[in-house]
Amino acid sequence: MVRLEQRPSPSAFWTYATPILAVLATMVAGGVLFALLGTNPVAVIRTIFWDPLFGEFAFYYRGQLLVKAGPLILIAIGLSMGFRAGIWNIGAEGQYIMGAICGAGAGLAFYPSESFLIFPVMIIAGALGGWAWSMIPAILKTRFGTNEILVSLMLVYVAENILASVSSGLLRNPEGQGFPGSRNLRNWDAAANTEIITGSGMHWGVVAAFIAVILAYITLSRHMLGFQIRLTGESPRAARFASVNPTALILICMGLSGALAGLAGLFEVAGPAGQISIDFNSGYGFTAIIVAFLGRLNPIGILLAGLLLALTYIGGEAAQSNLGLPSAAIQLFQGMLLFFLLAMDVFANFRLRFGRVGVS
Amino acid sequence: MKLTKLLATAAMTLGLATGAFADGHEKTKVGFVYVGPIGDGGWTFEHNEGRLAVEEAFGDKVETIYQENVPEGADAERVMTQMALGGADLIFTTSFGYMDPTINVAAKFPNVKFEHATGYKRADNVSTYSARFYEGRAVQGHIAGKMTKTNVIGYIASFPIPEVIRGINAAYIHAQKVNPDVEFKIIWAYTWFDPAKEADAAKALIEQGADVILQHTDSTAPQAAAEQAGGVVTFGQASDMAEYAPFPRVSSIIDNWAPYYVARTQAVMDGTWESVDTWDGIPTGMVKIGEITDAVPAEVKAEALGMVEAMRTGAYHPFTGPLKKQDGSDWLAEGEVADDGTLAGMAFYVEGLTGEIPQ
Repeated sequence: MVRLEQRPSPSAFWTYATPILAVLATMVAGGVLFALLGTNPVAVIRTIFWDPLFGEFAFYYRGQLLVKAGPLILIAIGLSMGFRAGIWNIGAEGQYIMGAICGAGAGLAFYPSESFLIFPVMIIAGALGGWAWSMIPAILKTRFGTNEILVSLMLVYVAENILASVSSGLLRNPEGQGFPGSRNLRNWDAAANTEIITGSGMHWGVVAAFIAVILAYITLSRHMLGFQIRLTGESPRAARFASVNPTALILICMGLSGALAGLAGLFEVAGPAGQISIDFNSGYGFTAIIVAFLGRLNPIGILLAGLLLALTYIGGEAAQSNLGLPSAAIQLFQGMLLFFLLAMDVFANFRLRFGRVGVS
Repeated sequence: MKLTKLLATAAMTLGLATGAFADGHEKTKVGFVYVGPIGDGGWTFEHNEGRLAVEEAFGDKVETIYQENVPEGADAERVMTQMALGGADLIFTTSFGYMDPTINVAAKFPNVKFEHATGYKRADNVSTYSARFYEGRAVQGHIAGKMTKTNVIGYIASFPIPEVIRGINAAYIHAQKVNPDVEFKIIWAYTWFDPAKEADAAKALIEQGADVILQHTDSTAPQAAAEQAGGVVTFGQASDMAEYAPFPRVSSIIDNWAPYYVARTQAVMDGTWESVDTWDGIPTGMVKIGEITDAVPAEVKAEALGMVEAMRTGAYHPFTGPLKKQDGSDWLAEGEVADDGTLAGMAFYVEGLTGEIPQ
């Protein structure tokens, strides 16, 4: 007879051990899956987890790891602040899109100027775009008590339609022969979010992500705002007694996550993506929610989780093209990772007891 | 800054050189980047058939690799780089949205040949290729105009790019020619492949009275929706979609990439590969019309086959004047044929179509 006994407080040991256990369990279960598909499971696991870091072409993949993880971390950091306080911004994808549109639009307005001020202006516009988009659900919540989960999520689809509209209208490349898509910002030095060290993958968005991690860490552990966020999440009543202003907190948390998502969008559109196009967004805003929880809403955890998820994406791609695995198998594998992480959580909050239930 | 960039590019090229030539070029490695899953039954399915044809034609002399579901954007660039680093000699990038990524990656790997489908940017090592799908659309339009009873034809469009607009125009011109009362209702799905969205679009069009559905998206979901609704005619898109024949699918446009892929792979093997812009249609077999089923009246079928034959011999061009633009201005005079430049960048509707092209 096995039963679960709730721990008085989550176990510190298991909080750190479960992510590692989950990764190992995923490797085993994924290995079985890959074996059933007729590939060598060891080769697949090595291609996903080892080759991008230490394989023949690691010089390229390591940089790509940062490129892929950068926006995920940046968005997840913003989201985690709100999530900790019980404010659920699910619409980071929309804020990411609006940040990219506003940032790229602000830059393109000055085309073809070569002023060094253009990139900073774009960064500010990008952050403002994401912030403004997140203010809609925030103000609706504080003024009319609407549900921010629904409103922010629905605004993603609005943003996607705005994206489609500006790609084939307002921001369309006048030299693009009528095809949708803006000018390529990477081909315009003043607006390009270039790699700081070529080949390293380290562009300004990655730098911003690292700075965000550090600032978030300090805020949560040392600053009054961090205290208020944690208190509101853990005990809303106590927070009220501690004179936390819930309206201000909602506006701050939503605004912060929106601005960071907008920044991520701007850095992406000016860098790796290069242009506003109808299909510009590829789900970073949603994946970042997973990253935030994978990292247990802790800045350092998010940093590691973002890198881990980026690794499964990049390694997964390599496994597809090198070993001929279907993309569905890779998605299944990534799904397993999340499943095991959540499942293993049980060990952090509960103690396993063997044997009969004792008489008490 | 400039120097580090130069050095890095050199290092990258060096990395490529060792990658591509390490195996002594025993096998020619051909990569394919797909926008949808190979099981989509449409666009990507046919590109993958082309890949299989390459394998069959060259056997041991060739190795093919592919990746499906690659988003159009930053991820595509990484996938292509991955293939080039892995020693690919020739890479086919099979969706419009891969245009800039293809050009960017090609610049870093001057020794690798790239082939981009449906785009307009070329380089010394980047060719473009596309098919004159509008020839097939003309045939569909003819059959659709004859088959509709409600005079409402639904059109599931993907993105407002010239290729799609050309298809709408070609279909409308020929539907309207045989049925002056015909009306087109167009839904922009903003996707190439999304079964749920496509099914929704088909249902919405059927509710608005459409009894013929044309699609420029790649899944079979609209076919299923039409079958469920009953009495609605559809056409296979990109692939034959024969599992829905003889009804609702009464015919189809089939993209036949196999001969092109085999020829281009051969050119790389022979060292004769050059950057070209290919735009072929029914005459070379790049566009095929799938079997017209018995659900279509015999005389309509005969007319349709006559059109196909006339296009094959070059006797007929689907865009032959007199034609006017939607705003009533003249486009083509009596007997005048549209030039390829205008067709390639087509961003206007012909007279009679309602609504606006999304801006």
